[in-house]
Amino acid sequence: MRYQSALARAQGMGSAKSGTHHWWMQRITAIALLPLSFYLLQFLYLILTAPYSETREWIQQAFNSTALILWIIAVCYHAALGLQVVYEDYISSIGRRMTLVWLTHLVFTGLAVTAIIAIFNLVFAG
Amino acid sequence: MNEVKRPLSPHLQVYRLPLTGIISITHRMTGVFLSLGIILIVSIFVILSQGEQAYSSLQISLNLFWVQIFLWGFIYALFFHLCHGVRHLIWDAGMGFERDDMNRYAVIELIASVILTGLVFIFFQG
Repeated sequence: MRYQSALARAQGMGSAKSGTHHWWMQRITAIALLPLSFYLLQFLYLILTAPYSETREWIQQAFNSTALILWIIAVCYHAALGLQVVYEDYISSIGRRMTLVWLTHLVFTGLAVTAIIAIFNLVFAG
Repeated sequence: MNEVKRPLSPHLQVYRLPLTGIISITHRMTGVFLSLGIILIVSIFVILSQGEQAYSSLQISLNLFWVQIFLWGFIYALFFHLCHGVRHLIWDAGMGFERDDMNRYAVIELIASVILTGLVFIFFQG
């Protein structure tokens, strides 16, 4: 039992001081994704139509691989934040919600790292 | 925890959502769909890094009818999410809250996302 009044307890906690961070990062990544999505589409076009050598040459150009890596970082962050908001809206049990949020961030971090390593392998394969 | 089953007054399901409301929930649904699509894109990167043979099988699979349906669904969802995302950015700047503006933007978004998908489709055909 804590010998504190409800008011003292609330004052002691203060604000979280980071309430707008998610919101802000969602916007930053959104703006980054506007031009970067163009590279994704170009990549999909090559994957669907071009022979292996052409696709690999395209990826091996520094500008294109950089754009793809930036895309994957921005999109994974954006998706994880977006899904988090969906959970926060529809899942009322705090435990289940937190677990899903953590899992989602974990999965998307894993996806981003996997994709970046795959791109590195392509670029440095010679 | 014992939850008391109280009757709920009818809400979402008895109202016809306005166009802006339909677009708003579609934005969320396309967001979740695109997040799942990221798994496909990351798999493409990984398969691509496995070499030429894996690439040819990938290309054949991606050109299958049902995969094409999914892929174009993904691209349309991308453009829809992008167009409505731009409107969110306009809203964040504190503009576009008048009812007429809202309805006008909604129509513009829908048309723009269809046109953009169409342009990419034509470009992809050759």
